Amino acid sequence: MAAQPYGLIATFDTPADVMHAAEKVRDAGYKSWDCITPFPIHGLDKAMGVKRSIVPRFSLAGGLIGFTTGMSMIWFMNSYDYPLIVGGKPFFSPLFAFPVSYELTILFTAFATIGGMFFLNRLPMHYHPVLKYDQIHRGMDDQFFIVIDSRDPKFNPTATRALLEKAGGKAITELEA
Amino acid sequence: MAHASDHAAPAVLNEIKPAELPRAKLVENDRSFAWITEKVCSIIEGKTPTWWWVCFILACFVASFTVAGITYLVATGVGVWGHANPVNWAWDIVNFVFWIGIGHAGTLISAILCLLRQKWRTSINRAAEAMTIFAVVCAAIFPVFHVGRVWFAWYLFPIPNANYIWQNFRSPLEWDVFAVSTYGTVSVLFWYVGLIPDLAVLRDRFFRAGNKLRSAIYGFFAMGWRGSNRHWSNYEMAYLILAGVSTPLVLSVHTIVSFDFAVSLLPGWHTTIFPPYFVAGAIFSGFGMVLTLMLPLRAIYKLEDLITQYHIDCMCKITLATGTIVGYAYGMEFFIAWYGANPYEGFAFINRAFGNYAWAYWIMIGCNVITPQFFWFRKVRENTWLVWVLSIFVNVGMWFERFVIIVTSLARDFLPSSWGYYSPSIVEIFTFFGTFGVFSVLFLLFIRFLPIMPMAEIKAVTPQADAHAGHGHDKH
Repeated sequence: MAAQPYGLIATFDTPADVMHAAEKVRDAGYKSWDCITPFPIHGLDKAMGVKRSIVPRFSLAGGLIGFTTGMSMIWFMNSYDYPLIVGGKPFFSPLFAFPVSYELTILFTAFATIGGMFFLNRLPMHYHPVLKYDQIHRGMDDQFFIVIDSRDPKFNPTATRALLEKAGGKAITELEA
Repeated sequence: MAHASDHAAPAVLNEIKPAELPRAKLVENDRSFAWITEKVCSIIEGKTPTWWWVCFILACFVASFTVAGITYLVATGVGVWGHANPVNWAWDIVNFVFWIGIGHAGTLISAILCLLRQKWRTSINRAAEAMTIFAVVCAAIFPVFHVGRVWFAWYLFPIPNANYIWQNFRSPLEWDVFAVSTYGTVSVLFWYVGLIPDLAVLRDRFFRAGNKLRSAIYGFFAMGWRGSNRHWSNYEMAYLILAGVSTPLVLSVHTIVSFDFAVSLLPGWHTTIFPPYFVAGAIFSGFGMVLTLMLPLRAIYKLEDLITQYHIDCMCKITLATGTIVGYAYGMEFFIAWYGANPYEGFAFINRAFGNYAWAYWIMIGCNVITPQFFWFRKVRENTWLVWVLSIFVNVGMWFERFVIIVTSLARDFLPSSWGYYSPSIVEIFTFFGTFGVFSVLFLLFIRFLPIMPMAEIKAVTPQADAHAGHGHDKH
């Protein structure tokens, strides 16, 4: 018995084509599907119904942790663990602790942002059915694809193929799982 | 949607009918997506050119001077440098500030111009970011080795040690450790995130060309990127936030570098103008270096369609603007030295311009204040050779700026009996000369093995990438 395919992939030649097709797939009620594009297309998120990214939440958390780490580290080191007397100045003041805390805020924000982006995108993922498609390199170069996952509740081999055809998709191919 | 604003333009705009000015093209000759991919990838995929090997071997030879200088320093002691009371900071710190400053243009291009939606940044940002990282590497050599006993350099970081004593966080030098290490780390992260989609392109191209090993290496770093729009959505947000945090970062790094001087009490150093003045100078020198590197690269690889005259114009204008800010800062320093009526401060500045180091001061003024003024003229900006020569003057001038600031103030301190005159030793000269080799080795490896331009970003700014174009005002 042939294994169930991963889904269907259709090719489009221009950003406008893929965007209009994406609107149709979105309006048909599909949830588990994707567009493959060589570069981010302005407006495609909306056409796909993709919500605003939540990466900023990771960034905010990273920034807060970074700032707190800086302040508490300096307080612990210069005021608590080994009070350091320098020119009769206070052992701790947020003012002199600020530059280092500021840098750590940025450092932790950067790591959290990138970590959050990888986490949300489930990357690294070196094996993916889409990457097995023999024309996938064009999706990094100059073509645009729509992939509809067969696990989508609305997926139906004939109806989905018809939808992609009607939306202008070419070379509609079944992807092996 | 994007075109709705055309209809809803304020009435006043309809009345005055602003002239339709053609927007400068960012990619000349209406190149296709595939052409861009081919152009950028062919640089990596082609046979290694002979000139590359010549430059690489030459660069390795130059870099060996740094290795030799540092080896001799570590084996003998920091006394092999020309430092002596009262000048205990000299070429080491000059070179450190010089290299760190060069890095700033890369971050300015990748972060600040990204936030300001300056689309022309796309074709130069990858190489400029690479320049940043390699410049930070060269910069880091100097503070690490000028501590003398380099095997104790880890004392700079808050790592528990046998003395049970922690770093003094009241010191700007400690702030600098955090600023520079954060700057290096975040620059690498930003650069890497930008590279991911392009590494995926190379992964697929090498795979199809049958080169499984290189495909696997690029593929490993591409993280399995597959161009998914759901990924792009998070990716673009992450990129925007990285640009957002890199902007205050790049401004803070040279601010904190300037604190190394400004927080001291030395006349000529103890001035509040230092942070903005250093940042402007850093961007000025960085753009000088970007021009120095990009113009030959553009000529060798025939990238005129991607790095257009418009790009060169923009870079020249930023160099002009920041150079003029630097010139203003030089003037303002003198004004405040006079207006502040502090005799020591006044002496420090008179001594800079007319004392023992006047030659260095006037080289600085010539290179930094006069050179950029040529960029007012379109004829100059369109003469690539002249732009390149002027960019070299900018690099030289900015090195002298740091030399003038650091050495003149130290050589004439409060007590005339301790005045001195500093000259570098041959070891310092070797070490500094060699860093250009270190930088070139890294940069040559970069242009050989990584895409020197962000293909995805360039494609995104071409006219055919606009999904709304040619479809009128339909509603999405």
